[in-house]
Amino acid sequence: MTTLEQTETTGEGHDVRRRDFINIAAVSFAGVGAVAVVLPLVNQMNPSADVLALASIEVDISKIAPGQAIKTLWRKQPVFIRNLTPKEIAEANAVPLSELRDPQTLAERTTAGKENWLITLGVCTHLGCVPLGAGEGENRGPFGGYFCPCHGSAYDTAARIRKGPAPKNLQVPEHSFKSDTVVQIG
Amino acid sequence: MSFPWANHYAPKHPLMRWMDEKLPLPRLVYNAVGAGYPVPRNLNYMWNFGVLAGAALVIQIITGVVMAMHYAANAGVAFDSIEHTVRDVNAGWAMRYAHANGASMFFIVVYLHIFRGLYYGSYKAPREMVWLLGVVIFLLMMATAFMGYVLPWGQMSFWGAQVITGFFSAIPVVGEPIREWLLGGFAPDNAALNRFFSLHYLLPFVIAGVIILHIWALHIPGSSNPTGVEVKGPQDTVPFHPYYTAKDGFGLGVFLVIFSILMFFAPNALGHPDNYIPANPLSTPAHIVPEWYFWPFYAILRAFTFNFLWIPAKLWGVLAMFGAIALLFFLPWIDRSPVRSARYRPMYKWFFWVLVLDVFVLGLCGMKPPEGVWVLLGQLAAIYYFAHFLIILPIVSAIERPLPLPMSITASVLGEEPATTGQPA
Amino acid sequence: MGRLAVPFVGFIVGLGFILALLCAVFFTPHDAPEVTAASVFHREPKEIHYASDGPLGRFDRQQLQRGFQVYKEVCSACHSLRLVAFRDLEEIGFSKPEVKAIAKGWAVEVPTVDDKGEATTRKALPSDYIPSPYANETAARASNNNALPPDLSLIVKAREGGAPYVDSILTGFQNPPAELLKRFPDSAPPPGLHYNPYFANLNIAMPPPLVAEGQVSYSDGTKATVPQMASDVSAFLIWTAEPKLEARHRAGVVAVIFLLIATGLAFAAYRNIWSGMKH
Repeated sequence: MTTLEQTETTGEGHDVRRRDFINIAAVSFAGVGAVAVVLPLVNQMNPSADVLALASIEVDISKIAPGQAIKTLWRKQPVFIRNLTPKEIAEANAVPLSELRDPQTLAERTTAGKENWLITLGVCTHLGCVPLGAGEGENRGPFGGYFCPCHGSAYDTAARIRKGPAPKNLQVPEHSFKSDTVVQIG
Repeated sequence: MSFPWANHYAPKHPLMRWMDEKLPLPRLVYNAVGAGYPVPRNLNYMWNFGVLAGAALVIQIITGVVMAMHYAANAGVAFDSIEHTVRDVNAGWAMRYAHANGASMFFIVVYLHIFRGLYYGSYKAPREMVWLLGVVIFLLMMATAFMGYVLPWGQMSFWGAQVITGFFSAIPVVGEPIREWLLGGFAPDNAALNRFFSLHYLLPFVIAGVIILHIWALHIPGSSNPTGVEVKGPQDTVPFHPYYTAKDGFGLGVFLVIFSILMFFAPNALGHPDNYIPANPLSTPAHIVPEWYFWPFYAILRAFTFNFLWIPAKLWGVLAMFGAIALLFFLPWIDRSPVRSARYRPMYKWFFWVLVLDVFVLGLCGMKPPEGVWVLLGQLAAIYYFAHFLIILPIVSAIERPLPLPMSITASVLGEEPATTGQPA
Repeated sequence: MGRLAVPFVGFIVGLGFILALLCAVFFTPHDAPEVTAASVFHREPKEIHYASDGPLGRFDRQQLQRGFQVYKEVCSACHSLRLVAFRDLEEIGFSKPEVKAIAKGWAVEVPTVDDKGEATTRKALPSDYIPSPYANETAARASNNNALPPDLSLIVKAREGGAPYVDSILTGFQNPPAELLKRFPDSAPPPGLHYNPYFANLNIAMPPPLVAEGQVSYSDGTKATVPQMASDVSAFLIWTAEPKLEARHRAGVVAVIFLLIATGLAFAAYRNIWSGMKH
């Protein structure tokens, strides 16, 4: 290989090529090093270990009577846990999917066998306000679910968007029932 | 502001030409650290440390901005917020150790840069302004480093703040009010911690500004060189780029290797164990020591143990400590030898190395507890420090007979016989 | 600028400093340091090595788990570990359910408030930091003869001598040597303090914590001798002080090798560019 090249190029040209190669390699190494340093500098802004440790919580739901809801905090965001009454479940199931902006059935938004437990983020999908309706005596809006006072988004008993500017239903976080009285969110 | 034979910036690409008309930033860089800046061809490795100091400042600013994203300047949580950074934040430990050891690396290269200037007479005319701005940078660095060391709010942070602000109370009459004003209280606490954080974030950018002035002032006469003989013609210089960018690139590599070894394998070697104990105003550490880069000055401070001429020892110590740095401002006028480089100054060369040794001894005395032989040694070393600048230098520059200087930089490089006697070139 | 004024003023000021220092040299008594019991009998930490030492050191997870057991069963009675969360224990080899069980079974519970706002406690969760044995410093001092048991999270970094120092303290309890009492009759340990030559002033407030072989029973079959327990808990405390040590060593090896190659290339490029330019 080397001899071949030597016959093809003058000694001078070969030398120049080898030199360019070293300079290019040195600059490339510097570039790779710079990128390797940038990665942790960017990564440090991701959630830290203590924040991630709070990414899943367990909530005792034994004290929530049908028709009541509680607000709790998960990942520094409000979560609504509502114990639906049979009437509310019936209302939600009575709505044809075609009428919905973000079509989803109540069953899709709850756990099988626990359809009365509606667990959603308390964050309006429009611009992030906390909707009313989880607290005792709060305005639940024209569809009997939640009502966002900021721009008038109204959610129904399954927390689906029915009216107003919000594009999506209230988000259902990943959750599972540890027992009849304890639910793990996240 | 450059030699007539400097390369001229001539953008070829239309976009660069357009840029040059609207905002000639590429031209500025080209003339400052690019092919447009002719530099003596005979610089040795000691001339790497200016660029390395700049690199160290950049590293400190980047890691510091990142640290500030996780730091809380409140006496109740400052210590824990640093531990949180180290333990829980992604790569937080690397940021913290890089920042803490980066300060040490910064001082190492700056001290080498300063001693380079002392050895080769870089402070002499026509580069006095470069030197003066350099001393200003050094003072700003010391202030920044001190305030940064307070932020983790460990025992040494707290007691360091107590001691350093205590300097001001040595000033008669107004001293105590000044100290209370500095601290925003009677002892270091939230008020002090918050302002130190604010200033610790601000000062590095002031340093960056003064560095720009430092480089600007340097570009007017051009860089000095190991012979101290001025540039005489194009054959004496090479363009900064690619010649010195390549050399500085290599220097930066060596710097980073040493920095990495320190930060990854001995990150606490230069720190003090007591700073891993949260600040406690009720208990003083067995002996308070500053970071290593302050040891020589700390030794000078402590050397004064005797009330002399109605001035209490404490005030003497504080004055002398600031005097030790203030002296450097006057150096260009204290050393009156017309020859710059110690290569051609047989007497000065010896006294230079004695000064280096003396500063090492001062550092050692600053580290050791003030007892036994260290007190006396510290006092003698402090005497020598002042004597070097105020007595020895003027005498040496008066009586020394310099060696013959080379005709030119090129002549020195090519090993031609020197032809002149010790006259400024 | 005054070519005469500067050296003149400087000379006067410098003379002032030098005279002040000369007076200090001559008029301050320079005594040799006093010989005390501590200066004669204090001993440097033993030379002890841990798996995490050196640039390639890694933790011995089995040992860390044993050390955690010693902390849990012995040290935690008095010493907090407030910077370590239960979830962190996953890093030394415990599984998620194990960590959950350790948190739930921790002897000290986490302070909280009940429905009526009254102070109460609850079982710890993996996301909780290890609860302190005492509610506050005053309580800690009151229970310990006015001595404060230091938090152990950072102890090996907060003491000169590091882990070997902790290790030596734990195994260094002994009766004061007869020679000590002969040379320094006043240096018998005061009531409530314990003689330990590895402690700076020889008398430590902590009573010997590890006293008998088999004080804890290791599940991995290691024999729980006093030096073994001391070593294990010291190794554990290296981890609590520096949980990211392994990541640091790993990153350091990669960084240094990469930089050495890059620096070699930079040197070659430098020589290249300068070839033909005599300097």
